[in-house]
Amino acid sequence: MQLSRDELLGAYRRMTTIRVFEERLHDEIAKGEIAGFTHLYCGQEAAAVGVCDHLANDDFIVSTHRGHGHCLAKGVDVKGMMKEIYGRATGTCKGKGGSMHIADIDKGMLGANGIVGAGAPQAVGAALAAKMDGNGKIGLSFSGDGACNQGTTFEAMNMAVVTKAPCVFVFENNHYSEHTGPAYATATATDIAGRAEAFGMKVWRANGCDYFSTYETMRELLAYVRAGNGPAAIELDTERFYGHFEGDPQRYRGPGEIDRIRAERDCLKAFRQRVTEAKLLEDDDLDRVEAEVHQLIEEAVVEARAAPLPTPAMVLEDVYISY
Amino acid sequence: MAEMMLRDAIVETIRSEMRRDPTVMMLGEDIVGGMGTAGGPEAIGGIWSTSTGLWAEFGGNRIIDTPISESAIIGAAAGAALAGKRPIAELMFADFVGVCMDQIWNQIAKFRYMFGGKSKCPVVIRLVYGAGFNAAPQHSQAVYSMMTSMPGLKVVMPSTPADAKGLLTQAIRDDDPVLFFEHKALYGTKGEVPDGDYLIPFGHARLTRAGEHATIVTCGMMVGFAEAAADSLAQDGIGCDVIDLRTSSPLDEEAILDSVEVTGRLVVVDESPPRCSLATDIAAMVARKGFASLKAPPELVTAPHSPVPFARELESAYLPSPAKIIDAVRTVLAYR
Repeated sequence: MQLSRDELLGAYRRMTTIRVFEERLHDEIAKGEIAGFTHLYCGQEAAAVGVCDHLANDDFIVSTHRGHGHCLAKGVDVKGMMKEIYGRATGTCKGKGGSMHIADIDKGMLGANGIVGAGAPQAVGAALAAKMDGNGKIGLSFSGDGACNQGTTFEAMNMAVVTKAPCVFVFENNHYSEHTGPAYATATATDIAGRAEAFGMKVWRANGCDYFSTYETMRELLAYVRAGNGPAAIELDTERFYGHFEGDPQRYRGPGEIDRIRAERDCLKAFRQRVTEAKLLEDDDLDRVEAEVHQLIEEAVVEARAAPLPTPAMVLEDVYISY
Repeated sequence: MAEMMLRDAIVETIRSEMRRDPTVMMLGEDIVGGMGTAGGPEAIGGIWSTSTGLWAEFGGNRIIDTPISESAIIGAAAGAALAGKRPIAELMFADFVGVCMDQIWNQIAKFRYMFGGKSKCPVVIRLVYGAGFNAAPQHSQAVYSMMTSMPGLKVVMPSTPADAKGLLTQAIRDDDPVLFFEHKALYGTKGEVPDGDYLIPFGHARLTRAGEHATIVTCGMMVGFAEAAADSLAQDGIGCDVIDLRTSSPLDEEAILDSVEVTGRLVVVDESPPRCSLATDIAAMVARKGFASLKAPPELVTAPHSPVPFARELESAYLPSPAKIIDAVRTVLAYR
């Protein structure tokens, strides 16, 4: 199905926003401006955006420690996120969560998560809530090839199947569980979707470095799930351009590996090539989007630096609603 | 008022809350029972009979019989709660928290805080706890102490059918996550239960016996033991306040301190092991905030620092008892 000019520009804007947001974080972290652990999503933008472009605010997603891309793709405010990662009182989570715990329930974003594999059962719960309402909405879990080895993921898949929950399991296989390769850590290294299949789920596979591959495959998958056929899974073959965390020396990478994946598997380059060759958009259109995104991220950083710091009294706020 | 067993107070409360609020749902292992068997749904009806008839009335979308997957049960409850529901998740044995601790400890307890107060997670986790059933080390523990130490959770343990109704109604309507500990030995306890809407706010202890010589602070099944001890001591002219905490988080510090101010002598009775426990927490609180009132060092009647043993003789030795409580009261009274 051919996307409109606006839809294409929107997809490019969302993917570019993730890229520029994170490359800026990479720079600012190196300068020591940002504290804590940060896990960059760069390289996987087509996965988050190709999936979330099909979702409404009341379709719920859960995410991972590498969650900035999912948050941005689901519509969480860029500037609020930047403030949060800067640890500011006016950040998305008032400086309580930081990079690993950004959530925005109103946007259907139930939380990035510092515990690998914790999200999958929560997506089943969101899906069961949707099933209770019979509203055609879904719960969707993003997880990586690392999380596919956690028992919670298996429990979640089994429970989703037996309860016929409208749940989607998105496995982004970026070929690294932290600092370890799937050939060592994952018994079915080249086939994670097959695990979901073993639970009786219908599964799809797509190129997670290609927006169109992800987007078109998800269209089919979501039609199946929203029609009440129970859960489904998709494995997206993708790449992680940076380390597990910022500061990771990445000594596990092969010679020239990063240059190669950036040259051959960059979703933004692929998108640009595809839409300009097909004469759907001009280079100028895409350049303009990039310039606007750079401007937005610059503003976000300037505003985050200037935003108020939390005060010590805030430590005790929001532990409970009433106590 | 109607007389009923504690287990019936639980199921009637869930039933009436589900009728009142369409967002209330329940999930757990064998809460319907018999699914996928020749006997068919409700062939069992929940092993504790605390969900009898709910599936027939509310259907499988709201009464979700789950596989044996505690992490997925609690995780699904967490996700459903973030998505706007009020799930009641049942852990058939409280000991199984070990299987799903991450979802309780790192997820449910922390969502509101780490999301900057912009979410709520109104989950009730019902945990069937306690010794006295010869159920051995993995099916008998009183794990409320460790839960009490976790910020973000509320911890409740009813001791009577009326309190079970009032506290469970509050738990289901509460916007914070609540761990609701039901002692398996109390399910058959009978008592008068108020009709209609009945809520007991958290953090308000109940004075079940009044006396001026010693203060006994306790909860759950230990309340009955403390009352038996107090009644026996009363025959010797020794009067005890017996304080049923009802909730350990929040803790009604005022009720404890007010009583100790009068009696000057404190006995804490706690079914959990003694280290970093509810008992030590209360003793420390009184030592810090009620030091001037104390006329004797507090006595703690707790389980020992051991797993819960199987054999009858061993389990009896393990559990606090009225006799041990009486000894403790006499000890604090004998102090100088």
